[in-house]
Amino acid sequence: MTGSSIKAEKGNTPLHQLTFKEAIDYSKKEGNKTLFDALISRAESLNPRLNAFLRFNKSDSPPHPSPVTGPLAGVPISIKDNICIRGLETTCASKILAGHVPPYDATVIEKLKTAGATLFSQCNMDEFAFGSSNESSAFGPVKNPWDIERVPGGSSGGSAAAVAADMTYAALGSDTGGSIRQPAAFCGIVGLKPTYGRISRYGLIAFGSSFDQIGPLTKTVEDCAILMNILAGHDSRDSTSAPNPVPDYTKALTQQIKGLKIGLPKEYFVEGMDKEVEKSVRDAAEIFKKLGAEIKPVSLPHTEYSVAVYYIVAVAEASSNLGRFDGVEFGFRVPAKDLKEMYFETRSQGFGAEAKRRILLGTFVLSAGYYEAYYLKGQKVRTLIREDFTQAFKEVDLILSPTAPTPPFKIGEKSSDPLAMYLSDIFTIPVNLAGIPAMSLPCGFTKSGLPIGMQLMAKPFDEETIFRAGHAFEQETGYYKQKPKL
Amino acid sequence: MNYEPVIGLEVHVQLLTQSKLFCGCSTKFGEEPNKNTCPVCLGWPGSLPVLNEEALKLALKVGLALNCEISGRLKFDRKNYFYPDLPKAYQISQYDNPVNGKGWLEIEYKPNKAVILSPDAEASKMENPEAQGDSQKVQDDKKMITKKIGITRAHLEEDAGKLLHEGIAAASLVDYNRAGTPLLEIVSEPDLRSPEEAYAYLTSLKAILQYLEVSDCNMEEGSLRCDANVSIRKAGESKFGTKAEIKNMNSFKAVQKAIQYEIKRQTDLLESHERVIQETRLWNETKGQTFTMRSKEEAHDYRYFPEPDLVPFSISKETVEGIRKDLPELPVQRVDRFIKNYSLSDYDALVLVQDKQLANYFETAVAEKANPKLASNWIQSELLALVNSNKHTVETLPKFFPATYLAELLGLIENQTISGKIAKDVVAISYESGKSPGTVVKEKSLEQVTDTKLLESAADKIIAAHPKSVADFKAGKRQALGFLVGQLMKETQGKANPKLANEILVRKLS
Repeated sequence: MTGSSIKAEKGNTPLHQLTFKEAIDYSKKEGNKTLFDALISRAESLNPRLNAFLRFNKSDSPPHPSPVTGPLAGVPISIKDNICIRGLETTCASKILAGHVPPYDATVIEKLKTAGATLFSQCNMDEFAFGSSNESSAFGPVKNPWDIERVPGGSSGGSAAAVAADMTYAALGSDTGGSIRQPAAFCGIVGLKPTYGRISRYGLIAFGSSFDQIGPLTKTVEDCAILMNILAGHDSRDSTSAPNPVPDYTKALTQQIKGLKIGLPKEYFVEGMDKEVEKSVRDAAEIFKKLGAEIKPVSLPHTEYSVAVYYIVAVAEASSNLGRFDGVEFGFRVPAKDLKEMYFETRSQGFGAEAKRRILLGTFVLSAGYYEAYYLKGQKVRTLIREDFTQAFKEVDLILSPTAPTPPFKIGEKSSDPLAMYLSDIFTIPVNLAGIPAMSLPCGFTKSGLPIGMQLMAKPFDEETIFRAGHAFEQETGYYKQKPKL
Repeated sequence: MNYEPVIGLEVHVQLLTQSKLFCGCSTKFGEEPNKNTCPVCLGWPGSLPVLNEEALKLALKVGLALNCEISGRLKFDRKNYFYPDLPKAYQISQYDNPVNGKGWLEIEYKPNKAVILSPDAEASKMENPEAQGDSQKVQDDKKMITKKIGITRAHLEEDAGKLLHEGIAAASLVDYNRAGTPLLEIVSEPDLRSPEEAYAYLTSLKAILQYLEVSDCNMEEGSLRCDANVSIRKAGESKFGTKAEIKNMNSFKAVQKAIQYEIKRQTDLLESHERVIQETRLWNETKGQTFTMRSKEEAHDYRYFPEPDLVPFSISKETVEGIRKDLPELPVQRVDRFIKNYSLSDYDALVLVQDKQLANYFETAVAEKANPKLASNWIQSELLALVNSNKHTVETLPKFFPATYLAELLGLIENQTISGKIAKDVVAISYESGKSPGTVVKEKSLEQVTDTKLLESAADKIIAAHPKSVADFKAGKRQALGFLVGQLMKETQGKANPKLANEILVRKLS
């Protein structure tokens, strides 16, 4: 155990095992140098096995051995490799962006720096966030800390695995169709996809612009709330960011959940889903009941179309967003005899298989003669799905579902079957289509010891209710205390 | 066989904003390459566009001036295609919901002679010969034709960068200074029926844009660009023929010439029983011909879809009405006012008004008590001729010959200090030297001779010197008088009052 090599410890807990909150408190007294060293040593020993980080120990500011101020007190944090950091290589885990160094900070990076966080590492991910298993990274797959033969989920698989393996105190991910929540579930941690517009997208390298949201991946619900206080808010550089005032999310943590109405959507508990996952989520509903919440059945009738709609609209946007990677301005270029061949070779060699699949699909659905049948129709169904949630939230405050239909699957198990892979996001995608907030948090383990996650969905801009219920559940069950054996 | 051309124009104008359409970079022309750029207009991964509201305001101004339906909703779309001057591989434009919808614009012209404005000197000579002639000559009295041309739409979009090929072996460079500059694309209905109408349309559109102060309309700097869709059909047919889109014209005159060429090319094809192919053609100014650029099959599929980075929003009625209230006097209104207040002809009013600076010059002169009719004539003939022959522009005219000079000059003619003929010399000298007409007249002693005694003695001298002409006149040859008057003018270095000289000679000979 690498933790034993670290001298400074807080009680009996090795430093790398601290929560983000505990690390902040520690750093305010002792400085962040020991925290930093603990993580470096942890990453050096584990990263070769897990491949969660693409780059680490490239701190923008030297760690301090003396008390650190600021809301985040210099605590190290990890960033998914699709969020731009000024002066640091940012690649989206793609060959086509290898060597790409952004000349500016994403808004969330600015905010973290201002709050005093130390940017400690950049996390592996599915190439351009295209995937649910982290197998599509151009720099090798990430392994699940609970079972290194299994995937950590994706696309924020590096962020989730790093948090679960105590290689970092918290991480940022991005979620277009479940890319924060599904890996959080697979790795047994907390992951929040905020309301669309809650966090600025400026500096997030786009996949599906009308879906993408940055969010935290953390060890606890409280850590998540602390980060949301820093990250949320309007940004004049992102026209899709919302002007709604930002509450103090940590205040929601102390509130009772008595009388809270929680809906169980019948469409999310279907024949053929993993029995252990289903049982674990139904047990969670019972725990909420015990805590005073009211459990009600709800219906989201258009759920079955979600995956299809998502793979039309999101890939359409992606095909356009990725056009700029053409060898002219950024990253990788294959020299060729003329412009057309340069485009062709650069993109053929620069993009991986899944990226190509989605670019082709997106190009197809936007093509003349197909636009109405696919893209336009898809947008109409998207409206129906959004409407489903509006109706359901007239009756309940939260909707509870599994985060993913199965526990983490084996590396290679679905990589040759894109459709099976796409279906692993079946419960997370509707949330992005509707733009509502949702959190995944641990709700148990399989008999073989793999984590299971549940998803709490709320009305737009009602992250507070999620925090309230999530925190109460977490305190009641204490699942977050369980650690993978590494 | 008689054919009728059907022409529609697509005009791109660069809007005069300080900063680009979706970022804060400067729109200044002529800067060092790639100086006016930032992550947004360079399309750096992760960057996002934010609308420049000033550009929207300018677009609405144009929409209102062109009588467009204002959609009240602002929505952008992505137009996807690959080209190195397009950093994001898509252009943010407007597809199915342009900010300005259907409208119209009135053009006015004389058939076979659209009003040509300075500073297009060559064009002026070709198209407007009387402008070089005598200021006193009556304008040609062909009827003006007025026609309403439909506007299909006028939408906002961002410009691309520029590729530079010169001086680099086997490579090209890209300058993104222009990338992201706001453009308004103004599309006309296929309502134009001749190259002259196309010319008149451009002239009147340019005038409107200049009056609105939304664009400097400089074709050389690319702040105004025009593509033409041209087809022909048998006279009387209602169905359109197959069109060709013509690009690469860099002056209004070139647009007119390219359309002329294209009409002839298409007519020749049909006459020899061949088909016109739908394609994009490039105008070659040197050769005076159009050449195939790409066929319909090679046309891009732009895969338009709504721009997800810019949320559509409503433009309030108050905003639109506020802009409408602040619209300046437009060319049509000014033409009406010139006709009414200054008793100018339709044609004269139009020529002056279509160039805002020229009209301002005219009004300044009139405010200085210049006779409006005379001022209009002198501006259109002598002054524009001087501007053109010196390769100057109307913009610099007040520097060389201020409007106060014109008023002063016309005053000298009216109070008979100088004759109209001498006045022409005075203008030329004044324009050259910067001295006021009064000073020039004084220094060169150009005052008209109205001293009867002096003229009578000169007349006696002429009569004595030309007995044959005198005899001819007395025998009834009226033209002999002209000769004698000419001699008298010569004797007085052209300064004799012509009317007085005439009278004195007639009196003495009868």
